[in-house]
Amino acid sequence: MSTLSKNTFSRRAFMRTSTLAGGGMLIGFNLFQSCKPKVVPPVDLSQLNYNDFNAFIKIAANGAVTIFSPNPEIGQGVKTSMPMIIAEELDVAWKNVFVKQGILDTNNYTRQVAGGSQSIRFGWDALRQTGASAKQMLVNAAAARWGVDASECTVNEGVITNAAGETLGYGEVVNEAAALEVPENVTLKEPKDYKIIGKDAGNVDVARITTGKPLFGLDYKEEGMVYASVARPPAFGQKLVSYDATEAKNMPGVIDVITIGERARAHMNGDNRNWSAKLADSDKVVVIAKSTWQAMKAKKALKIVWEHNNPESTEKHNKILLSLLDGKKFNTLRSDGDINNAFATADKVLERTYESPFLPHNCLEPMNFFANVTDEKIHLVGPVQTPASAADTVADMLGRDVGDIHLEMTRMGGGFGRRLYGDFVFEAAEISNTIKKPVKMVSSREDDMGTGVYRPAIKYRIKAAIKDGQLTGYHLKEAAINDNMYGLIPNFFPAGAIENYQVDVASYNSNITTGAWRAPYTNFLAYAEQSFFDELTELMETDKIQLRLDLLEKVKGTNDDRIQYDPERMQNCIRTAVEKSGWGKKPEGTYQGFVNYYCHNTHVAQVADVVVENGNAVVKKITCVVDCGIVVNPMGAINQIEGGILDGIGHSMYGDFSFKNGAPVANNFDRYRLIRMNETPEIETHLIQNELSPTGLGEPTLPPVGGAIANAFKAATGNRLYQQPFIKTPELLKVPKKEILG
Amino acid sequence: MPTFQLKVNGKSKTVDVAADTPVLWVLRDHLDLVGTKFGCGIGQCGACTIHVDGNPLRSCSTTLEQVKGKEITTIEGLSADGTHPVQEAWIEVDVPQCGYCQAGQIMTASAFLENNPNPSEQEIKNAMHGNICRCASYTRIRKAVAIAAEKMS
Repeated sequence: MSTLSKNTFSRRAFMRTSTLAGGGMLIGFNLFQSCKPKVVPPVDLSQLNYNDFNAFIKIAANGAVTIFSPNPEIGQGVKTSMPMIIAEELDVAWKNVFVKQGILDTNNYTRQVAGGSQSIRFGWDALRQTGASAKQMLVNAAAARWGVDASECTVNEGVITNAAGETLGYGEVVNEAAALEVPENVTLKEPKDYKIIGKDAGNVDVARITTGKPLFGLDYKEEGMVYASVARPPAFGQKLVSYDATEAKNMPGVIDVITIGERARAHMNGDNRNWSAKLADSDKVVVIAKSTWQAMKAKKALKIVWEHNNPESTEKHNKILLSLLDGKKFNTLRSDGDINNAFATADKVLERTYESPFLPHNCLEPMNFFANVTDEKIHLVGPVQTPASAADTVADMLGRDVGDIHLEMTRMGGGFGRRLYGDFVFEAAEISNTIKKPVKMVSSREDDMGTGVYRPAIKYRIKAAIKDGQLTGYHLKEAAINDNMYGLIPNFFPAGAIENYQVDVASYNSNITTGAWRAPYTNFLAYAEQSFFDELTELMETDKIQLRLDLLEKVKGTNDDRIQYDPERMQNCIRTAVEKSGWGKKPEGTYQGFVNYYCHNTHVAQVADVVVENGNAVVKKITCVVDCGIVVNPMGAINQIEGGILDGIGHSMYGDFSFKNGAPVANNFDRYRLIRMNETPEIETHLIQNELSPTGLGEPTLPPVGGAIANAFKAATGNRLYQQPFIKTPELLKVPKKEILG
Repeated sequence: MPTFQLKVNGKSKTVDVAADTPVLWVLRDHLDLVGTKFGCGIGQCGACTIHVDGNPLRSCSTTLEQVKGKEITTIEGLSADGTHPVQEAWIEVDVPQCGYCQAGQIMTASAFLENNPNPSEQEIKNAMHGNICRCASYTRIRKAVAIAAEKMS
């Protein structure tokens, strides 16, 4: 099976070269788009312009290759895996490749974004073709010097050899190669010839991480920089009335106390629905000090009066969301057949409701950003997943040209979706614009957890119709805070497999800010759906695996282009998981739960093994099968897969974030529980081997694992779990006493 | 403000800060040693772990008074060139995802292995339980500590 992409578009469209002053070749290229017709890369590295090209490769006269990797790094490994793809086609030794994080100069290009597990999927073709084109130019230059045909030259790790056995290193021909035309057609390698792709490569920053080098936003410093600690409304819906900073201003190191908010609000232009408007709704009081500690300490000494306005609570949300599910006001996102008729004529009906809380992201590096706004330019440095839109917003807020903005991305101490929302960039910029100094805005953990852009609380109600032993109807209803599922999610499994199928959504507009959280919507939906299927197989008295395989069989040959999961690949994952996990063949005392799921273009099947210790059900092992096409870097891939699984287990088990009087009940790790070492089961991963284009891994293993453990807990205890986090109902995680005795 | 004498990574340092300043912020803001990370500020996550006379301590909740006359070691001083067996094991296993918590994890692991060079798997788990990794690289942390133990014994 091979669907390697052909060279369908011209390299001329997105790649150009120049000879660097002092020697060496610079290749500018654009991922995901073509470039302007006449731009050329600069001849001086200090002039790299990411408006003209969003990535660059430098081949030095000594043959060393430096790749300026464009995508922000949040721990998902693209700073390693994307350059690996270029290096493979360029045919250089991976150990001779250096990777540098690109800088954002302006916002005039697409997808310099870390999110949606899409970096590798979208970059695959462009990265390979860039590497292959550069290689061809180097070979053409060597062939011209030798006076031979390029087709008789071979390349191995940056050394070109001709038929007579003479050799030239890339460095020896870079200057000539840079002057050549970019070839119209190049041949891409066959996967069987890969030397870098598919081999383990360590994280390119690992030695700097293990020695504590300043890589992160919080580590960035500049001469004359001051620190800012921001007092934001302690509850959602509150607004600043007045404040007394007398005591704070007299504290050591305090330079000034100011308010910000006006510019952020002006930018919103009356739109009060989205996350940034809600976070900018009130003015904020900012302490400026000579050190972080002094700023944080003085913030606590501020006496602030906040006006309370429509405080919300989890208790209220629960009632509202349940009444939405009971009601009739829905948006229908997909409707096949006649769902009402299916239920009217059913022999059996199963209906269940699944409930989830809000979740904070809790990136371990709290939100922070550096800004230095001067009349000449705006310098922004820090961790943000959406640098382009952050730069755009800052320019608009401050009434400046986006060309004035120079934004440098640092490594990010976690993202999980939180750093898609640049409120901390806007704050830093507004502060620096007011005080006219370079400033670092630093949130405390309490600030970070208390003013987030949370995963919204959601409830799902799923109802299935069974007639003559067949699944004839499936109705999924969603009630969510603020926003509903989007994109192709309504067309995920079991869409296409059941004749009468409907997805309805409803939402309640809250003043609590919500947004993307690792695997948006599916992070809870997958658990709900896969728990429901587990229960359904019991009601239908059918085999858990066979029902899934049979439903997938019905999707084969569909001409519905909204259905993007591949039933055959999913069946293969399921069968592999059955085999590798020893499904149904475990010794007495081990209870298993099965799930399969497709999201972010990747197919996954998982089996959880649970045992009973002192009457409590405990997760011991997860077996995970993943089909993400070609695996660029298995070492990095498995790290993502395991991290996703443990993140999914942790939040299903412990993630509890509720609101009282508009404020979150938990604001630090003493009251908000994250998964830790002792709760970590063994994980066994199997990667399906094929030659299909690679898909993402940052998210897909997280959503279903909550279902895997819930289904295994049911097998162990007899209890179904309908609410996350599971720890909230500890009695359901125990084996009923009489069974222990019996 | 009072002046404090500190011994950090084998060097004497003088800082001029308020007595209640946590050691974490003295290291980060005043001594430019930013390898020690701020995560929670209340000693719950372990990102700020340093060694004080060889013992692991949460620098966010440690006052200058508590480290008076004692030897402070940070991630920058754990080894001269990044070749402490724990650092080497971390690279070998390729532990980090985002990497933010890893300095604290390494400081906890290295102090633990000094006292218990031949730990069981459960002892490793217990020793590392206090350090949060938000990316949940726990399976690799466990493996790296075991490999480091082998290197050290």
